[in-house]
Parts: sequence; C-alpha cells; structure tokens
Amino acid sequence: MDWPAFSLTLQLAVWTVVLLLPCAVMIARLLAWGRVPMKGAVEALIMLPLVLPPTVLGFYLLVAFSPQSELGRMLAAIFGHAPVFSFTGILLASLIVNLPFAVQPIQRAFEAIPRNVREAAFVSGLSRWQTMRRIELPLAWPGIVSAIALTFAHTLGEFGVILMIGGSIPGETRVLSIAIYDRVQAFDIAGASVMSAVLLGFSLFAIAIVHTLARRKGTASHGI
Amino acid sequence: MASEPPALSLALSQGAPIPLHVSLSVRRGELLALIGPSGSGKTTVLRSVAGLYRPAGGRITAGRETWLDTDAGIDLAPQARRVGLVFQDYALFPHLTALDNVRLAMLGERDEERTRRAKELLARVHLAGLEARRPDQLSGGERQRVALARALARDPKVLLLDEPFSAVDRMTREPLKEELAALHRALDIPIVLVTHDLEEAQSLADRICVLERGRVLQTGTPEDIRLRPAALGVARLMGQTNLIPAVVLDQSHIRCGSHVVAVRQLDGARPGDEVTALLPADCISLVDAGGEGPNLLRSTISALQPLGDVTALTLDFDAMRLRLKVPTREAAVRALRPGLTVDVALDPAFVHVIRRS
Repeated sequence: MDWPAFSLTLQLAVWTVVLLLPCAVMIARLLAWGRVPMKGAVEALIMLPLVLPPTVLGFYLLVAFSPQSELGRMLAAIFGHAPVFSFTGILLASLIVNLPFAVQPIQRAFEAIPRNVREAAFVSGLSRWQTMRRIELPLAWPGIVSAIALTFAHTLGEFGVILMIGGSIPGETRVLSIAIYDRVQAFDIAGASVMSAVLLGFSLFAIAIVHTLARRKGTASHGI
Repeated sequence: MASEPPALSLALSQGAPIPLHVSLSVRRGELLALIGPSGSGKTTVLRSVAGLYRPAGGRITAGRETWLDTDAGIDLAPQARRVGLVFQDYALFPHLTALDNVRLAMLGERDEERTRRAKELLARVHLAGLEARRPDQLSGGERQRVALARALARDPKVLLLDEPFSAVDRMTREPLKEELAALHRALDIPIVLVTHDLEEAQSLADRICVLERGRVLQTGTPEDIRLRPAALGVARLMGQTNLIPAVVLDQSHIRCGSHVVAVRQLDGARPGDEVTALLPADCISLVDAGGEGPNLLRSTISALQPLGDVTALTLDFDAMRLRLKVPTREAAVRALRPGLTVDVALDPAFVHVIRRS
C-alpha cells in the first residue's frame, strides 16, 4: 500500500474542495441571478472540462503552466516555482477540472429558489449578505453538498490530467490512481488490488458522510 | 383645519417596458384596492412602493419620508422602506418555522424581544400553537396568516397585499377576509390591496382605484365605482352588464331604444349626445301592475336562472335587454317564469349616464 500516495490524494481532494467551493458558490450565484454578459458562452466554458478528453485538457494546461508561457511565468512568480510537475500544478489543474462538478449543482440549487423568497427577505429588512447567509445558502444546501461530494469523489479518481501535468513523482504528484496504474504496469496485481479497495472504501465512506450531513442539515430547523 | 397629509403618496411615470402613469394617495387607516385586468400594472405599482421595481420616473413618499424621487436621485432600498408586503403565493422561507419566519423580519432587535413579538403576532393572526411548524406543514390559510404576521413584524409604515386570497380555497377565503377587515380597523397605516376579485375589493376597500394599461381609469368609493363609473371600461370591469346605448333628449331624459327614461344627472352630457346608460340592478325593481311613478316599463322574462338564494332574470324590453337578480323567495312568490310579462320601475337616481370618449 502506497500510503504517501493515499495521503497526497486526500490532501489534493480536501484542498480542491476547500478552495473551489467559495468560488463555485459565487460563480453559481452570479450565473443563477446576475446579469452576466454572454452567459451561455461562460456556462459552456465552465462545462468544457466535462466533455474534453482529460489528456487534451492536461496537454493544454501543461503548455499553459510551462515556464515558456506568459501564464506559467506569472504563476512561477507567485508560487516561487513553475507549477508543472508539482503539487501546486496538480492542485491548479484539479480546480479547473472540477469547476463544472462544483458550479453546476450549486447553480441549479440557487435557480430553484423562487425570486420572491429573496424579495421577501429584502422587504423583511435583510441585507443582501444576511439574505445569502440565512435564506439562500440554507436553501441551496443540498446542491452545495452535491458539489462537495462530486468534487471530492472526482478528485480522488482523477488520473489523466494529473498524469499530464504532474507525472508520477512520489510524494509530490503521484496520487493513488497513478500509483495503481504504476502497480499494474509492474504486474503487481496484489498491490493494485489493495490500493483500489482502499480507494473504493474511502470513496464510499466520504460520500456516505456527505449525504448524511445533507439529510441532517436539510431536515433540521435552522435556528435564527 | 388643514386636511391630514396622505400617509402614502405616489406618482409613477414610464413608457416602457411596462407603461405606467399612476398617481395615488392613501390616508392612514385607509384601505385602497387596486383592481384591473391582467397586465394593467397593479402588481408593478405595489412592487414600486416596496422598492422591488424601479420605475423610470416617479416619486413615492410615506409620511415625511421620501422613498423614491427619480428627479432628486433618491431610491431607497427595500430594506430601508419599512414596508409590509404579503406576496401572492406568500413567499415564506420554506426552511424556517412559522415563528422563525416572523422572527427573521426583526433582526435588529434583541433575541428575546423578537421571540416575544413573533409569538404575539402569530397569536394575533390565530396561529398560537403552530409556531414550530414549517410552511409545508401548514394549510394555505395558515401560510397566508404567517405571511401577514411577518409583514407586520417590522411595524411597517405601509401594508401591501398582493392578491392575498388567490391561493386559498373559497371556504378558507371568507374567514380570512373577515380577519383582514378586523385588522384593517385596528391598524392605523395605509393598506394597498391588489386584487382582481371585485367582491373582495367592494367588501374590504374604503376606496377602489381602477387601472387599465398602466393608467388610472377612476378612483372612488366602492359605491361610486360600481354605480357611477366614469368610463365604459370601468363599468365592464365592475361586472356591469346593463349597459344600453342611449341618446340625451333634454336635461332629465334619455332615450334607450324606444323608451324614454328619466334621469337625475347627465354627468355633463348635452342634448343630442350619444351616451351609454348604465342601469344597475340597484335601480330596477319589480312592481305590481297598475303602479305609478317615473320610468315604469313593461317587459317579458326571457330567461330565469336560479343561483341559490337569488335568481337571475333576463328581461326583454322593446330593443333593450336587462339583467336583474331577485331573491329566489320573491321569484317564487311572484311565480316568475320565462314568457311572463312583468312591470318594472327604473329609479332615476340610479340611472347613470356614461359619456362616450
């Protein structure tokens, strides 16, 4: 069992969720209710990672993150090193790849909140921030939980993009799915089986926790 | 003595996207009903007062406060307007209990005070004991009451009701109407009720404002609007069917078909003018044969339709047809039936002349 790969996978999944969720909530809310110019094009762009082959997306990100590109130089200036073949690089890639998984469910949840419920909050004296905290987020909670579950589960199993951006550097970019691939390549079926079983068990466990949380939060009375 | 200034005054003006040219004022403790067909701008007026819609031009004042003045660049946010608004489908917060729905409208106050006031308001709308229920555990009438309690929670300067009875069944509607009437008597703030239900407007409002395509057709007491409509559109909107083309003969007579009908007022019409005569049911009475008085006419019952405790009659005169409702008991006593000839009297005081624009 490759425990460093397991730990790295977990870190990647947690950081992806933590960093992506606030952005996804803001983007989803804007797309649901805001006046976004060329909204269709923006939505299509966010959805792109869903339909693009991971190797193609990985290739473009590799080119974009390389020290030869303007973006790569900018990112290198921010992080102190070029993001390719590093944890930073696979985290940035993971954030981009997971954008549709995070934004879509939250956007649908926001869209399902009737406009007059928000207006009732304004007329009841609630500021926009108070309305978001006390009305919109609790009502969109099932969508937010779905976004967390999808993003987390998807990151646990991400392979193609991470391989293109990060390769397979132990302790830096070798996540569990890549470690499993390496084991299979080396005909270590037993090792691959153990890691696959651990990934499967952990994925089920994570999804179960998230859904239990969703049910509890959904049925509990929200003290205000 | 100077008259009391209006507690709510508005003048809205815009050409598009929704044409709106409306001026209104409502006194403290007065209930004004806005009625009109779909698309007449009633709800837009209400939303403008609440700050949820910004008209291109206009001014809205509540007492000494200016909520909107497009010329002066004033446009207070809904949060700053202290308006109580009951939405058509109530718009309760679905994840909160009835108590929390009301409590949330008092965020600025202390916690204990919010709870105490929310309980008091829910008790006032007869919901004591249901505080812990969420909207999906309440009936339509109960949801409406929570919405009303929430609207009152901010101690509003204006109460706005957008079709508050449209989402409840008829059985529930009557007690709710009576409660609203009692609340209206107890509240010392202007109330604006948007409705398309004439009966509702007649029974609850102190004054009615009739809107059509964003314009005020007439504002007046329910009786004024019903018996003395200023325009044909108002009469039709109020459900008046006895509208007969007529010609003014002199200062006190008009001709309807072959009949000369005495009238009390001509509303500015001159002899020779072509007008429409409104002969509301209030002016028509069945009389015994051989009676005396002005406007005695002989007619034939062409149709008779029992409607519970009243019976609708269609009376055919020479080139004139009128509809009248009489108590079913009277219809039975007089043995009214289709084909029967009856004498009717038209009270000149209630014959109303509408000038053609």
